[in-house]
Amino acid sequence: MEFVMAIVIGILFMAAVYLILSRSLLRIILGTGLLSHGAHLLILTMGGLGGTSPPVLAEGVTDYVDPLPQALILTAIVISFGVTAFIIVLFFRTYGELKTDNMNLMEGNDEHD
Amino acid sequence: MINLLLLPIILPFFFAVILLFFKEKIVAQRIITFVSLIISLIASIILMATIKSDGIQTVTLGSWPAPFGITMVSDMLSALLVTTSIVITLFVVWYSFSSIGNERERFYYYPAVLFMLTGVNGAFTTGDIFNMFVFFEVLLMASYVLIVLGGEKKQLRESIKYILVNVISSALFVITIALLYSVIGTVNMADIAVKVAEVGQPGIITVIAILFLLVFGIKGAIFPLYFWLPGSYAAPPMPVLALFGALLTKVGVYAITRTYTLFFIHNTAVTHELLLILSIFTIIAGCIGALAYFDLKHIMIYNIVIAVGVILFGVAQMNDNGMTGAMYYLMHDMIIKGALFLLIGIIIAITGTSNLRKMGGLMKTHAPLGWMYLVAAFGLAGIPPLSGFAGKLLIAKGAFEAGHAWGSIIMLASSLIVLLSVIRIFIYAFWGEPKLDEANQSVSYRNLMTPAVLLVILSVAYGVGTEWLIPYMTDASDVLLNPSMYVDAVLKE
Repeated sequence: MEFVMAIVIGILFMAAVYLILSRSLLRIILGTGLLSHGAHLLILTMGGLGGTSPPVLAEGVTDYVDPLPQALILTAIVISFGVTAFIIVLFFRTYGELKTDNMNLMEGNDEHD
Repeated sequence: MINLLLLPIILPFFFAVILLFFKEKIVAQRIITFVSLIISLIASIILMATIKSDGIQTVTLGSWPAPFGITMVSDMLSALLVTTSIVITLFVVWYSFSSIGNERERFYYYPAVLFMLTGVNGAFTTGDIFNMFVFFEVLLMASYVLIVLGGEKKQLRESIKYILVNVISSALFVITIALLYSVIGTVNMADIAVKVAEVGQPGIITVIAILFLLVFGIKGAIFPLYFWLPGSYAAPPMPVLALFGALLTKVGVYAITRTYTLFFIHNTAVTHELLLILSIFTIIAGCIGALAYFDLKHIMIYNIVIAVGVILFGVAQMNDNGMTGAMYYLMHDMIIKGALFLLIGIIIAITGTSNLRKMGGLMKTHAPLGWMYLVAAFGLAGIPPLSGFAGKLLIAKGAFEAGHAWGSIIMLASSLIVLLSVIRIFIYAFWGEPKLDEANQSVSYRNLMTPAVLLVILSVAYGVGTEWLIPYMTDASDVLLNPSMYVDAVLKE
């Protein structure tokens, strides 16, 4: 099972890198979303997949799965959700203001605005 | 007083939440922000005194025993950084009263500053690597708000890049923690230190160490990961730039220092050698940038990069003098960068431009500003007895002891370039014939001067009072050089 997960994570990272390297801002944002999905799955897999065992230690249970990765992944999902929402709103505003979503056209500095 | 070390984190957070209810009442916002920062400052000074007398303070949240619950650890380094951050924020907020503008004040500028301070203080204090990621996100989220607040074209354009870089580096941070967890099986920093020592740092942990350097290097702007910094930092208004320049990169520097002195100390031939080489390249790249631009903001921003290089060069020595010097230089740099950014903010406000070629002759119209700038510039370059001197002296001493003579020669030569870059600002802006428009002559700059001047005086006091401060700095570097002190404080209640 871990082996399959490793391949899935690898494919997610690959797709994420491909999207992040493109010129369109929306694709880059989708790429960061995939990147964080890959990272979350990686946390879950790195803690060891427990099959059907429960993630809690109760009376009489000897075979339980590590609950910590699940707590970590939950926190990380919430954070990446918030950041993605923010960045999409920012994308919308930027698009409205600059009239482009092409990163190549977003260069510039003080002297050539 | 067991929860004392949480106060500098919770107080700004609490007051920031209160501020959200007073959106339109600007005067109330200003007063509450100022008072809350003073209260936090008092709490952090008490914390520092407690650590000086009783040693490292720890709290495990929810009273879970140490490796299982989230631990907050305040050693002397954390306490010093927390105190300095609050001081800088206090002066920057004071400066913002008369420079940030009502529009931004009405749209949650002060709550964002306080939330960012919560994240910064939390990242300095936490003793749990995943919790550090969470506090990083807290401060980044607030910094996203600050960098984009105002919504000018340039801000939108640059903040998209800033946010994308940070989102990707956060994902890398999570990946690195996941890899570390799979090898070590814990996220408590003291516990990680123990377990890395038990397995003796095999190759996979060295790889993770370098991944950590990559993650924190993006935040801390080391070579070659500083590419995003000059553009992004030049976009927001001056008080925000001062906050970012003084605090945010230092969080990355702190995180590198902490992980490279607590976890990854068993294969220094690879990790610390890499850190050493990168820090020297950081200094060189910063010097090139500082001389290449005619824009006030860019010159100062590249000076941030140089300072990051100098501090990490001190850390990479891993001996007493180098580490003490790095700690001393770290606090110095936070204060002096805050002061210089506020001062050049005043220059930009008076002249209405940040292009050096378009200014001149300010000495005839604004002499006090000129003298203050000169003092701060000398302090930055490290002319004794001002504050940059002692830190650089100790770092150079440490580097010679560790046999890195060439590195320390480059570092000392960089002081001259720093001096040249800031004096160039002085020559262009203050000498020559006045080029001011009549319209700008009327700008009142007295309100802006007070916090900037106080911060310069603070930095001078920091330089003159070196002898009294060194015990605190040695306390900070002792913990870094003897990880067992940190581990014992956390794991043996």
